[in-house]
Amino acid sequence: MSKKHISTVINGDAMEFLASPEQSLLDILRDELELTGSKEGCGTGDCGACSIMLDGRLVCSCLVLGVEADGKNIDTIEGMGNGSDMHPLQKKFLEHAALQCGICTPGILIAAKALLEKKPDPTEEEVRYWLAGNLCRCTGYDKIVRAVLDTAADMRAA
Amino acid sequence: MEYFAPTQASEATALLKKEGAYVLAGGTDLLVKLKSRMLKPNVVIDLKALPKIKAIEKTTSGWWIGAATPCAEITEHEELTKEWPGVCEALGLIGSTQIQGRASLGGNLCNASPAADSVPAVIAANTICVIATENGEREDLVENIVLSPGVTSLKPGEFILGFKLPRSQGRSGDSYLRLIPRTEMDIAVVGVGVSLSLDKAGNLETIRVCLGAVAPRQVLLPDLQKTCIGKQPSEELVQTLVELARKACSPINDKRGTVDYRTTVAGVLTKRAFKIALERAQAK
Ligand SMILES: Cc1cc2nc3c(=O)[nH]c(=O)nc-3n(C[C@H](O)[C@H](O)[C@H](O)COP(=O)(O)OP(=O)(O)OC[C@H]3O[C@@H](n4cnc5c(N)ncnc54)[C@H](O)[C@@H]3O)c2cc1C
Ligand code: FES
Ligand code: FES
Repeated sequence: MSKKHISTVINGDAMEFLASPEQSLLDILRDELELTGSKEGCGTGDCGACSIMLDGRLVCSCLVLGVEADGKNIDTIEGMGNGSDMHPLQKKFLEHAALQCGICTPGILIAAKALLEKKPDPTEEEVRYWLAGNLCRCTGYDKIVRAVLDTAADMRAA
Repeated sequence: MEYFAPTQASEATALLKKEGAYVLAGGTDLLVKLKSRMLKPNVVIDLKALPKIKAIEKTTSGWWIGAATPCAEITEHEELTKEWPGVCEALGLIGSTQIQGRASLGGNLCNASPAADSVPAVIAANTICVIATENGEREDLVENIVLSPGVTSLKPGEFILGFKLPRSQGRSGDSYLRLIPRTEMDIAVVGVGVSLSLDKAGNLETIRVCLGAVAPRQVLLPDLQKTCIGKQPSEELVQTLVELARKACSPINDKRGTVDYRTTVAGVLTKRAFKIALERAQAK
């Protein structure tokens, strides 16, 4: 099991790591790079907790091999904002109490951001379909959908 | 496990002859099986660095869709979705937004699930696949690839480079419908793809109907030449199609549907998919 040397750009910074071929990109992010914002809910593409952007596409990092990331651009929740400088979606999620345990939240924020970049004025139905691959055990989804729609309205007005 | 990302098809075919070698496209089937230890590959050959394997190109005779092109790129292609709405809708039904970012047509076909969503639609569309072999390339119709669940007609060392979708000309239309127990993220109980064209008088000039999830492999309805061509798309003709579809079913009983249910639904979806394809053709 020889490890491969992988060069990527993560959240705008060049990053290199060694990956053995079996490791998922999610495992690399969490275990090797200490970027533990992306979560593992299922490991099989069903829950979306591991959502990241890979070369500008929303994907489940649990279903990407670490070695596939060579030469790629990756954006994770760690690049979206922090406690003192939050993304509008993050602020709205707090305002609407759109999270409880928070395990689904990083994935949902990444997915919702991708939606608003593609479609600044989504309908409720579009939000629900877009986020259908992000499971939440706690909130019942309604507050999440409202927070996304409310952010979209604010961002359009800004 | 070894990982390779060859840049030449000949390299990939040579690697694929190794014991326990699998090709990787979007990984949404392969990596799930790898994680659950259903598969233990010795060698994984990532196809995505090969030329044209992720390309969508308009050609003189139709379209080239690279075998590893993610669904999201296909469904975002305006001209292609206009020409083949049914094929693109079928691809758009695969999984979630995240899955769409990776899942490919080549993977959906070669995973060889009877319930694969895009397969009935591309078979109805009379699509040809271009296969990389040891000696270069060969072509085959998509309906000849899946043999039974998990088994394809590809020989050792072979893999699919891409698909040739014909030009959809004149008054033609296609459609795909599936029934799932939920509204998203589930496996088809039945899927139906229809592709047809009309002559100047509005009679059927060509028609292909393909069913998914009702037999061990996709079923292309036989004898439509005799029963449909040159005829008015009347209610009577629709009823004939419904009966042919039900007759073609040999489904399994499982938690998603009984044999009776699947057979009944196959008829209903055939009727609805036919009507959508017909309306699309008539609107041209
Ligand atoms: C959460 C989730 C939801 C899903 N929902 C659906 C759904 O609604 N409908 C549906 O039909 N499917 C669904 N799937 C299954 C899967 O996403 C599709 O079958 C997808 O199209 C597979 O494509 P891929 O590129 O990811 O294939 P991969 O996983 O890369 O490959 C699949 C298989 O095909 C082989 N293969 C891949 N490309 C080629 C090629 N070019 N030539 C020869 N062999 C090849 C691989 O070796 C492997 O055995 C779902 C999967 C997940 C995880
Ligand atoms: S952990 Fe990746 S989808 Fe659940
Ligand atoms: S807040 Fe707990 S899973 Fe969504």
